[in-house]
Amino acid sequence: MHELSIALSIIDEIGDETEARGLNGVEVIHLKVGVFSGIDRDALLFAWGLACEGTPLEHSRLDIEIIPLVIYCAVCDQNRTPPSVYQLCCPACNTPSETIVTGRELEVVSLEVAA
Amino acid sequence: MNTRIVEVRAKVLRQNDLLAYALRDSFRASGVSVISLVSSPGSGKTTFLEKLLSVLAPEFRVAALVGDLATENDASRLRRATPNVRQITTGTICHLDAQMIKRALEGWRLDALDFLFIENVGNLVCPSSYDLGEELRFLLLSATEGEDKPLKYPTIFNSSDVAIITKMDMAEAAEFDAAAARRNIEGVRPGMQIFEVSAKTGLGMPHVFQFLRDTKSSNAQVAEAFPRAGNLQSTNKA
Repeated sequence: MHELSIALSIIDEIGDETEARGLNGVEVIHLKVGVFSGIDRDALLFAWGLACEGTPLEHSRLDIEIIPLVIYCAVCDQNRTPPSVYQLCCPACNTPSETIVTGRELEVVSLEVAA
Repeated sequence: MNTRIVEVRAKVLRQNDLLAYALRDSFRASGVSVISLVSSPGSGKTTFLEKLLSVLAPEFRVAALVGDLATENDASRLRRATPNVRQITTGTICHLDAQMIKRALEGWRLDALDFLFIENVGNLVCPSSYDLGEELRFLLLSATEGEDKPLKYPTIFNSSDVAIITKMDMAEAAEFDAAAARRNIEGVRPGMQIFEVSAKTGLGMPHVFQFLRDTKSSNAQVAEAFPRAGNLQSTNKA
């Protein structure tokens, strides 16, 4: 469970952004979280409530978009969705692939702020 | 109340990543090979590292950072092999991050080292998110833990470079299926190099030592370009 550390990093990151751009009243934070990022969505939402207490983000909401695992198959020359997160191979030709295209994301995409 | 959307597109761990990149650059420039060890608690990281340090110490200049929530026990054990050991106690934090590594290295001259090992906190979940600037991440899995660990923790296996199956002297008693373990590792990290060892009996360890020597010699050209110092303790660190 390191979602509390992650929540604190998000708060720092947003603090830097809002300060640099002179933004106030962040209401929603849109995040991308890959299934291979090592972050659990529910644990992060739980940690968010705790981490924000007493900060300007106290009444904000996290909106988490889960990004699926996609690998690149060199044989098919295609991006593919593997059969599962523990079988990193092409579903069409079965060739193993270690090239991950998406699934590792852990990003603040955008903020909804008071207009 | 109306809202507007502001694009940010920032990695959450940007600060850690930036620090890790800077560490990696300084490790390369100093010619030190940095290897981190991750595993679940009790899978034999410290015993394995103790063996690595004691065998490599006569031949190379070695040092270790060792992370735990509490106690100096692991550092004390490792100091039997080399005095160059520092404990990082994380308190309640379940992983090491780049800032902890940077702080722990203060006062050490990296160019006076050939190998630096970083033993992470025993945990197969959290360390996967944090780049420490290491060159290689070794993942240790003990024969007594069972062969399905890679399937349960695919993220950390996938983020590691080399798998070390430890406690192979106990494989038979634990009815450990090494072929199944290899298949599972291959499933989550295709092409991953795997070593089967017992740090206690020495079984398989020569292959790991050879792998490390090869890693070192492939870095040698970079290292040779920089002047070397003989003493790890920096006397005049700003």
